[in-house]
Amino acid sequence: MTAPSVTLAGLADIGGAPLFGPLRLEVMAGAWTCLLGPSGVGKSTILRLIAGLETGAAFDGTVRASDGGPVAPRVAYMAQEDLLMPWLDVAGNVALGARLRGEAPDRARSDALLDRLGLWSHRIKRPAALSGGQRQRVALARTLMEDRPIVLLDEPFSALDARTRSQMQDLAAEALAGRTVLLVTHDPGEATRLGARNLLMTRDGLRDAEIPATPPLRAVDDPETLRVQGRLLQELRALA
Amino acid sequence: MNQNAPATDPVQRTPARVNDRRGTDSRPAMTGRVGTGFGIAIGLIAAWQALVWAADLPPFILPGPGRVAFALWDNAGLIAGHAVITLTEVVAGLIIGAVLGAATALGLALSPAARRVIRPVLVITQALPVFALAPILTLWLGYGLWSKVLMAVLIIYFPVASAFFDGLMQTPRGWLDQARVMGARPWRVLLHVRLPAALPSLASGLRLAAVYAPIGAIIGEWVGASQGLGYLMLLANGRAKIDLMFAALAVLVAMTLILYRVVGAGCDALVRRVS
Repeated sequence: MTAPSVTLAGLADIGGAPLFGPLRLEVMAGAWTCLLGPSGVGKSTILRLIAGLETGAAFDGTVRASDGGPVAPRVAYMAQEDLLMPWLDVAGNVALGARLRGEAPDRARSDALLDRLGLWSHRIKRPAALSGGQRQRVALARTLMEDRPIVLLDEPFSALDARTRSQMQDLAAEALAGRTVLLVTHDPGEATRLGARNLLMTRDGLRDAEIPATPPLRAVDDPETLRVQGRLLQELRALA
Repeated sequence: MNQNAPATDPVQRTPARVNDRRGTDSRPAMTGRVGTGFGIAIGLIAAWQALVWAADLPPFILPGPGRVAFALWDNAGLIAGHAVITLTEVVAGLIIGAVLGAATALGLALSPAARRVIRPVLVITQALPVFALAPILTLWLGYGLWSKVLMAVLIIYFPVASAFFDGLMQTPRGWLDQARVMGARPWRVLLHVRLPAALPSLASGLRLAAVYAPIGAIIGEWVGASQGLGYLMLLANGRAKIDLMFAALAVLVAMTLILYRVVGAGCDALVRRVS
């Protein structure tokens, strides 16, 4: 799979009040781009616009893929809530997309994914029987099952404890390698570990944040990564 | 009809609350529940007998529980025959009304055009007192089973459709977004996401329907019938056989309570599957 880059250009307003000004956001092809910024600045709206979802905002602009193909049908989406169906077991949740499209689920692929994400022994459990970390792993498996070149992540790990969160970051970085990923996050540590490009979104528009010289996925205790993370946090504090 | 809704709540909640107090072990809780119900029944019967004695009421005004029990025993075959008729009307009305109500809710949920056209019509029909329709339905459908079945259907149709429709329209937005991104077909989203998510709402509509349906059947029988518990009660009343009337009433109450429990158990099983 060759993943294209995605460019969103334009402006949005909510009921006449500007949400974000004319801006141009380029999500790097086959790499992680992280989007940070204060609440209410329109980060999730950007994600939803790329996914082709309702936003409540009027958007004047374009969303394009570098290969000229459509964007929304090639998107997979993962949110802060796991959005698992409580009445389906883990395997059923992972295969939900096929069921909703009326396709025969690829059992071999979903079995392989469950195995790869350490969910094999949980495959016949309902979500209620799983921990928050396990549930989010199921959501990741469901996202991977969709096998889309563009992956949008809206704070998918923010509700997890620090240990589980870092493990999920490892897992997601490895599993989503080669795809075009846009991650909206409030966590400078997460962005600094995962981002090939980190963007800071403010009322005035977008600007690049510094990233460590080493390639992602960076070690949690790498001194350079921790320094950049500190700087990023300072920048975020200066915005508020 | 809606003002009747809270009346069913004590039936449903009081035992559950007793349950909670008795802890998590289900056997003592179950025994406690049955025990409480039994205790309430004994208390009511005792109060009834006390009233008869205290006010010195003659049997043709208010017969005591003993006399009613005797009438029940004495006329068991007669009452059972009429009860089977009423039960048939109620169950048929319940099934047809539930299916029609649920189908309407699904149609409304799937089609915005249907919502614009049919919803106002539904509300207008609710402004029409269903009781007032009973003579007309008897005129149109005759004295047989179907006018009563239709009364039961009319009385439960709206609560079922309304409860289920509300549930179908309240699917968490995140699930719908997820389905949309996955490229789902609308009717498949309805079938695999919105419908299961709305089953608890459908269940509360069905619980209400279980208590409403007998009302419809009895009204139908009062207006014009040759069989059924409602007919038997009118007949007994006219012949001053008040003990027989109360015996038929007791059977009707027991029937409704059992129906409520059976439908409730079915609904609980349904809700457990999706939560």
